[in-house]
Amino acid sequence: MSENLLEIKNLTVAYETDLETIRAVNNISFSLERGSTLGIVGETGAGKTTTALSILRLLPERTAKIKSGSILFKGENLLSCPESRMLKIRGARISMIFQDPMTALNPILTIEDQIGETLRFHNAENRPNAKIAAKVEETLEMVGIPASRKKDYPHQLSGGMKQRVVIAIALACEPELLIADEPTTALDVTIQAQVLAMIEELKTRLDTSMIMITHDLGVVAQTCDDVCVMYAGEVIEIGSAEDIFTAPAHHPYTVGLFGSLPNLKAETARLNPIAGLMPDPTDLPKGCKFSPRCPRRMDVCEEKEPAAFVNGTHSIYCHLF
Amino acid sequence: MSDTLVETKDLKKYFKVPAGFLHAVDGVDVKIDAGRTLGVVGESGCGKSTLGRTILRLTEPTGGAVFFEGANILEYDKKKMSVERCKMQIIFQDPYSSLNPRMSVQELIAEPLIVNKVYDKKTKVYNEVSKLMDIVGLAERLAGAYPHELDGGRRQRIGVARALALKPKFIVCDEPVSALDVSIQAQILNLLMDLQAEMGLTYMFITHDLSVVKHISNEIAVMYLGKCVERASSQELFTAPAHPYTQALLSAIPVPDIAMRKKKAEVLGGEVASPVNPPPGCRFAVRCPRVRSECIASDAPLKEISPGHFTNCILAKY
Repeated sequence: MSENLLEIKNLTVAYETDLETIRAVNNISFSLERGSTLGIVGETGAGKTTTALSILRLLPERTAKIKSGSILFKGENLLSCPESRMLKIRGARISMIFQDPMTALNPILTIEDQIGETLRFHNAENRPNAKIAAKVEETLEMVGIPASRKKDYPHQLSGGMKQRVVIAIALACEPELLIADEPTTALDVTIQAQVLAMIEELKTRLDTSMIMITHDLGVVAQTCDDVCVMYAGEVIEIGSAEDIFTAPAHHPYTVGLFGSLPNLKAETARLNPIAGLMPDPTDLPKGCKFSPRCPRRMDVCEEKEPAAFVNGTHSIYCHLF
Repeated sequence: MSDTLVETKDLKKYFKVPAGFLHAVDGVDVKIDAGRTLGVVGESGCGKSTLGRTILRLTEPTGGAVFFEGANILEYDKKKMSVERCKMQIIFQDPYSSLNPRMSVQELIAEPLIVNKVYDKKTKVYNEVSKLMDIVGLAERLAGAYPHELDGGRRQRIGVARALALKPKFIVCDEPVSALDVSIQAQILNLLMDLQAEMGLTYMFITHDLSVVKHISNEIAVMYLGKCVERASSQELFTAPAHPYTQALLSAIPVPDIAMRKKKAEVLGGEVASPVNPPPGCRFAVRCPRVRSECIASDAPLKEISPGHFTNCILAKY
């Protein structure tokens, strides 16, 4: 049996309203090994967050429809779990760090209450309140906030500290899988470095696996073992970090993503951005979704969806290979 | 050597808050030569946006002087200033909130032309608008569109067109690409650099993204809590940063290169202190790994440690 903690197979998610259908995630598959970190990279609207919310079954009920696929967490299909079972998993065994620490916290509860909430909810061993209070203090210290500040409200904390509180909430129950949705996007670089170093350390200490969702290739290079590049709701390239950053062959979109980044070392006169825009998710192009913007487009790209080109751990979904 | 277009001397902007004065910009000297780009970097709250706005007198400075083409613009009255301001424009950070949602693209770009009565006839205004749309790469068919119909990159192109409408010499770019995705960010950066080459514009480019600032700037000023702590040519700053804060900032950038991951970056502890009633001495002293007793004693002025390279760190050697 493989060591896969999480396995997503052919997941398709659409947001349906009376007016239109937004195809947010289209037939994606990937897996995550125990103890490793998977990076999901892509631009706004690539379907990164929708994927994360599907794992936790937190998609908006009215509009979001999971069309097909399965999400296996230690062999258990989360998509067919009843909500009562999900309540036990969510926050305790799989938890999430939300993107924006400024809005993810409740402004009228102290941070002590907010961290304690998770612990009280997932209190299988019936721990007394004193024990929970001790655990809250321990968790706060673990993320680098002095326990003396536990009675503070979110507005009394700086952005970096709020993000630490959000991380503390996510880690309070020592989950097996942590999903970090752009955990450092709202933070300054020096604070970002602190938070990333902290996540890394806690991950090792608690032996947690992680999915790191980001648009920052720098963050991916520094933290992830495996990388999955998403575009228009599809995985277009997946492999180990070495495959993505050093292998010679890449999907043209990945090449474009790297070309858009100003390089700190080399002096480049011009950036090489990808022309055009992300396709409209209500009206995705036929064949390869990237074909309208692709500089190396061929006739076949507009007709057939590309199959995977597999080279060891590295898969590229492109007709060029 | 080209001429200096914009220069500030000991520029100060304090905001009154209940607890005292918030020193947003505290004695900043910068100098931008015509046709060049000065990058201003720093973390949130360091006063970089306030500096940009104060130079344009969008907020009135508390003290100091701003020289534009050799004249101190702080002495101008309102009327003279509105004439002068045609030569100095700003591109705002957030293309989602800086455009009036009830105006079409055409109206938005025409607005500066109408307000300043550049043309006497409407047809001339709209001719100019379509020329501007062409320059910034907005398709003609979008003239009647409203901002909500456009994506972030196109909206920011409207912001650029509005800034260009009055044919300015100097543009303050206040985080123009921060709200955009990387591929769109690269398109806007290329556009700004092309415009500079064609029209000989002078930029003050405010950003928190160090890789962007290196790409676009000739000279870079690093700010920390209202002070400019280091100023040098882009090349020099990245190869030989002198101030400990600049060094920490550079080492904190996540590099998209896995060969670098084994090298554990030195993580700066602590957080930015409050800019309200700051104590004397180096503002960075509380977080500085190399702090000494002299640092806390008194403010150090900017000094030149090598030609064109200034820092206020007392440890930096000539």
